[in-house]
Amino acid sequence: MKPGAGMVLSGNPGQMTADEFEDSLKSNARKLVDHLEEGDYREAVLVIHEINQARDRGLYYEVGKLTRALHNSIINFQLDTARSFGSDNIEHSKITDASDRLDYVVKLTDKAANRTMDLVESSAPVVSELGKDAAELRREWQRLQRREMSADEFRGLSRSILAFLERSEAQSDVVSRNLNDILMAQDYQDLTGQVIKRVITLVHDVEESLLNLVRMAGQVDRIAGIDHELPEPEENKTSSQAEGPQIHADKRDDVVSGQDEVDDLLSSLGF
Amino acid sequence: MDALLQVCTEVELDKNMKILIVDDFSTMRRIIKNLLRDLGFTNTAEADDGTTALPMLQSGSFDFLVTDWNMPGMSGIDLLRAVRADERLKHLPVLMVTAEAKRDQIIEAAQAGVNGYVVKPFTAQALKEKIEKVFERIEAK
Repeated sequence: MKPGAGMVLSGNPGQMTADEFEDSLKSNARKLVDHLEEGDYREAVLVIHEINQARDRGLYYEVGKLTRALHNSIINFQLDTARSFGSDNIEHSKITDASDRLDYVVKLTDKAANRTMDLVESSAPVVSELGKDAAELRREWQRLQRREMSADEFRGLSRSILAFLERSEAQSDVVSRNLNDILMAQDYQDLTGQVIKRVITLVHDVEESLLNLVRMAGQVDRIAGIDHELPEPEENKTSSQAEGPQIHADKRDDVVSGQDEVDDLLSSLGF
Repeated sequence: MDALLQVCTEVELDKNMKILIVDDFSTMRRIIKNLLRDLGFTNTAEADDGTTALPMLQSGSFDFLVTDWNMPGMSGIDLLRAVRADERLKHLPVLMVTAEAKRDQIIEAAQAGVNGYVVKPFTAQALKEKIEKVFERIEAK
């Protein structure tokens, strides 16, 4: 490798320097064998030195690149360096911002759910009162039809019917207003949808940047000849650990896709 | 609602029985509470995880426990185990209402002694059926 060649930035400089190092390693290895066979130990030692230098240059270059990439990633995520370095200039990072946004989603959905339930709870007794009154009046009306009612009772009934009709008019207004408010309480879907989509984009960006870092660290390992002992992937979590709602229940064998399958499973266990 | 009440009276459930609803989300507790009220059960109390639920159960003479699985503090499955391990509570009927849907988990809950298992999202009808079934089976014993 020519001195300084590694510093040329091209489309994928990391790949180039790593490849160049391997090429130089191959040609130098042949030279080394040649010199040794010729008994020229002085030249052989020089070749070994050359290999070492090429390796170091590649290594420094890759480490430098990794550091720059790391630095860029930190800037890209706008990680909260201000906060962690104790500066007063607290500018929110994208991650902090995303957490705040998701918090906002939780608050908004909570508010909408409670508002909806408030309105349902205030409408339910109104409707059930009207139903009860109507049933009572129907019984009285049937008595009239069977001619079981005195003139006095009939006057009473006709007053009750008028009062009921007036009440129905007023109460149905209350219920329609509540229904309308229930409809309006669903406006959170639009707002939270927008927020969640932005957070999804951020998660994708973060994943991509991390993958790039992993790829570059891999180049460093290749040149330095480092072999990592990766920890065994964690054993399947014990089932008592809660996982929350299953997103792809229909694509997984170990997950039930509904109450019917739960019932089948339990009955197979003798429930 | 009247139709629902009628079906419930057929299995002759005690409408005054005291029910503890355990879920970390207040909206879900409220939904379950409302559904139970529609079924005629008005004597309910709430707790937001197993740690708060267990002392309530131990001192409160509850007749029925409805619990979520995934909660901070003490989870529903641990609460179930604690209930079954408690000499005075071990016969308490327990219905699990949870989003946990792995077969292993359902089997685990069954082995821990759950009386019924409802997966979220659920319908009012499903909750009603499971409650009835829990008490039918207890009656039959």
